[in-house]
Amino acid sequence: MLIVVCIKEVPDAAYINIDPATGTLIREGVPSIINPFDNHALEESLRLKEKHGFRVAAISMGPTSAGETLRNALAMGVDEVVLLSDPVFSGSDTLATTKVLAEAIKRLAEKEEVAIVICGKQTIDGATAQVGPGIATRLKYSQLTLVDQIQNVDDQAGKVRVRRMLEGRYEIVEATLPALITVVPQINTPREPTVRMQMMAEDAEVTLWDNEVMKLPKESIGVKGSPTRVRKIFSQIMPESEILGDGIYDPEGAAHLLIDTLTEEDILSL
Amino acid sequence: MGVRQSWKKGEPIMAEEDYKGVWVFVEQTDGEPATVSWELLSVGADLARKLDVELCTMVIGDNVEHLCQESFVYGASKVYLIDAPVFHDYRTEPYYRAVRYLIDKYKPEVVLLGSTSLGRDLTGPVATELNTGLTEGCTELDIDENRLLLQTRPAYSGNIMATIVNERARPQISTVRPRAMEVPEKDTSRTGEIVRESMDISEEDIGVKVLEVIDSSKGEAGAIDITAADIIVCAGRGIQSSENFQMIQELADELGGAVACSRAAVEDGLTPVESWVGQSGTTVRPRIYIACGVSGAIQHTAGMRDSDVIIAINYDKQAPIFEVATFGIEGDVLQVVPAITRYVRELRARK
Repeated sequence: MLIVVCIKEVPDAAYINIDPATGTLIREGVPSIINPFDNHALEESLRLKEKHGFRVAAISMGPTSAGETLRNALAMGVDEVVLLSDPVFSGSDTLATTKVLAEAIKRLAEKEEVAIVICGKQTIDGATAQVGPGIATRLKYSQLTLVDQIQNVDDQAGKVRVRRMLEGRYEIVEATLPALITVVPQINTPREPTVRMQMMAEDAEVTLWDNEVMKLPKESIGVKGSPTRVRKIFSQIMPESEILGDGIYDPEGAAHLLIDTLTEEDILSL
Repeated sequence: MGVRQSWKKGEPIMAEEDYKGVWVFVEQTDGEPATVSWELLSVGADLARKLDVELCTMVIGDNVEHLCQESFVYGASKVYLIDAPVFHDYRTEPYYRAVRYLIDKYKPEVVLLGSTSLGRDLTGPVATELNTGLTEGCTELDIDENRLLLQTRPAYSGNIMATIVNERARPQISTVRPRAMEVPEKDTSRTGEIVRESMDISEEDIGVKVLEVIDSSKGEAGAIDITAADIIVCAGRGIQSSENFQMIQELADELGGAVACSRAAVEDGLTPVESWVGQSGTTVRPRIYIACGVSGAIQHTAGMRDSDVIIAINYDKQAPIFEVATFGIEGDVLQVVPAITRYVRELRARK
């Protein structure tokens, strides 16, 4: 049985700046990192491997530089990595992205039965949380989002039981396999790759699947296959904060001013 | 199915005129509506007026007919109702099939859902099945001169705003963040039309079962759900020692709020909890967020900047937290926080 983990390389938000003149993002010199949520997906796939003896394949769609992120996944312990990269994939919105990822998973499933696909709950750049569900829908897998515990996987009975973390409540849910799971960061603490594993991963092979391999109709992927378009980008104007009192020399006074302001403006009622 | 993707620039959208109306999905749990559903009706009414079309809701669930009248009260003129036991617990498959069925049959041009756990679980499958676009987490919606829906949302951790359009598939689907819009005025005299539909889905067809629901909002140790909290008091590295976390807890208790922390505070072992607010942790949007000794790096603010009112307490007036704060106090957290707690107690005692 195979576990597939989907990972994405994203710009590190800590280094993103806005060009004040144009209101656009300055992308130059911004380092790439693995989407932090995907690190938890990766860790969970490795825990399933250790517990159940499943094999783990990591896939990533992106520019060829994303191969580094996959190499890191190898260093953490996944068995196989596939990079989905082709100029015709670029510019894909969620609808087109899920087409590529679902097709790749289908190809992996032809060789080995897939039990579970794991994704982070969302990415930090797009933050749509829609790619996981889109993949589940295309593959007709059970969809389990926002999972903070994978409680049991019974591949004989073809069932998985998870806990989902929702607003104000948890849900214990059982679903038939294969299933697509998106995980919240609370699920685990990701491991660090060992130096030995990192050195091994340096020489490991990253399989590349471009559209020669994938053979997706060009009008269904990339910019052409994406119904949504960004029409305008602008910076968000945050109103300046109002500094209340002198908290350094008169903390009591500042505290009073804060609570009085909040109650007067009907923000807080006591 | 939605409009097929053989679109070329300049070509009119296939059968665009067949899609009419603005629809809102009414989210409910055990018959209790999510407030965001009514917030959607306020922006929905504005869009429907600009498009000169009807404002409708979809009500799907088990014993949920009372939500039809509520939809009218908040401004809808028509409700599409699917009411059956199989919809008792929310599960992705029966719900997306029901929504898809209604959209296929009645063809709305705009469909709005709340950007909640449930809304985000449902929207992807619906859009995928209909082969149309979706824009997640909008904070502003408008209509342009060509009747296109302008969907504005924060991107890149809230660093920028992006306006997104879907020019070539219908319906245009957006999810909208809770509290981005006001709940409309109630008008109890309003009524409307209920269109009853049914779906041929049996329990046996569904591979997912909800075995148990555990309430996590009651504040049991280790299971405090900060995403549901109205007021959050967040501890940052500025609290300096784990003993001082007590004063954060006391302020939260006094205000009836929840405690949270920054990643730095968790990593320094200053807090009893292991989850943090921020980009790699939990995203929160409470009504009031009090950041105590949080410097406010982008990784943190990405997870809280959409809170209604942000209060920053920090000794360092250069701290970036002041850039996102509504109100700020420059001062020592260890002095200011207890002072706030004392004053709140004093005001309460006076009453």
